Amino acid sequence: MGRSILHVDLNNFYASVECLYRPELREKAVAVGGDVEARHGIILAKNYLAKAAGVKTGEAIWQARQKCPGLICVPPDFRKYLRFSRMARAIYAEYTDLIESFGIDEVWLDVTGSVQLFGDGELIAEDIRRRLREELGITGSAGVSFNKIFAKLGSDMKKPDATTIITEDNFKKIVWPLPVGELLYVGRSTQQKLEIRAINTIGDLAKHDISKLRLLLGVWGETLWHFANGIDEAPVRKSGEDSIIKSVGNSTTTPRDLVNNEDVKLIVYVLAESVAARLRRHGLKCKTVAISVRSTELFSFERQGKLLAPTYLSDHIASKAMDLFAANYRWDKPIRSIGVRGSDLVTAESHFQIDLFETDKTEKEILERTVDDIRRRFGYYSIQRCSMLQDQKLTGFNPKDDHIIHPVSFFK
Amino acid sequence: MSKEFIAVTAEHGPDGHIRPLSIKWTNGRVYNIDRVLDVRQAASLKNGGQGTRYTCRICGKEVYLFCDEGKWFIDR
Repeated sequence: MGRSILHVDLNNFYASVECLYRPELREKAVAVGGDVEARHGIILAKNYLAKAAGVKTGEAIWQARQKCPGLICVPPDFRKYLRFSRMARAIYAEYTDLIESFGIDEVWLDVTGSVQLFGDGELIAEDIRRRLREELGITGSAGVSFNKIFAKLGSDMKKPDATTIITEDNFKKIVWPLPVGELLYVGRSTQQKLEIRAINTIGDLAKHDISKLRLLLGVWGETLWHFANGIDEAPVRKSGEDSIIKSVGNSTTTPRDLVNNEDVKLIVYVLAESVAARLRRHGLKCKTVAISVRSTELFSFERQGKLLAPTYLSDHIASKAMDLFAANYRWDKPIRSIGVRGSDLVTAESHFQIDLFETDKTEKEILERTVDDIRRRFGYYSIQRCSMLQDQKLTGFNPKDDHIIHPVSFFK
Repeated sequence: MSKEFIAVTAEHGPDGHIRPLSIKWTNGRVYNIDRVLDVRQAASLKNGGQGTRYTCRICGKEVYLFCDEGKWFIDR
């Protein structure tokens, strides 16, 4: 017997939760947008009325207002969304323990082992949708199939609050006529490459010669060909706390443009502190530090460098990040956003080669751990570096706890 | 019609369960909850909100009493 995989996508998640709490908005075009003052002013989510007016996720709020004059823009409340995400997860957990999150509002479930208890995939999908509607007041669309790729395709086909079933018998009829861009991991540029060669639908891709696809797209060509033919054996992973961390990073779009090294230094320290604190919490140290920089012209680049010894100290991470920055940026343009990341992770207790001439780091480690403790007990802003007070508007954010929604990859 | 939160007297059991005993209506009168008929997670579409929904019998009438993260309201 084949697998029974569900993909559940909570429809317009942020906007749905906001509309649930404010019934007076339900019949109006609503979008959830970031803080314009802090220059996070893009559309994060919208409801169907706003979508019908052409509002797109990711565009600037003023652009959306032009398309849809009556648009009601509400600020995001991530705490609330995470609560709903957790509650939805609790519902899924009653059907299976194989739950793989894909962002905050999407999830794969492998219910192969539960069909004896609850009925087939379709029944479980119906049940989950009913419970989301009744217990949480939000709708989800579900895709039921024999692999993850088609399950995801299915959940995108009928929205909102509907189930789409794709089986081994009917996938050629349902999936193959779809435009190739619908397939997971066919982005804009891949789609262009394929369309030039008259591969317009998923069916075209599936029937194409695999070796030619390999020449065109490399290994990806093969992967996509397999996806299109329904050959995807990737398991649904139990994701959550136990997922393996490959790197720890934070980035931010600053409330004003950064114009000199001093500005950058302030931000880098805030980010490095967050990265270091998260490394310490997970008992990890990083051996490589990477920075990403984006200018006001939206030109961006990334640079990375190795550290002499693994560390979870914010000082070390920040100074390495500043070295990288100073060596790679010539200030042609002011900077809009900046990120710091620690990768090449090792467990904090692992052995490493110490430097003969370096001073002992133990004291500094104790110091930073104490700062963690103080912050845990009395709040993030209870203890800060003195330099942070130079420009509190610029440094007044807490990357560790303000944003906890991380993008995830299908290939973990 | 706006959503109004109300004061509730409730019993908190050692296992964490909560049983509402009486409510204080907006006019200040206290009504006893005669019986809790059903407890479940639910969304309130009329007032907007989500939480634990207690189906209560008060003075012979069945009403939905919601507890949304510690704040209580009646779905009417």
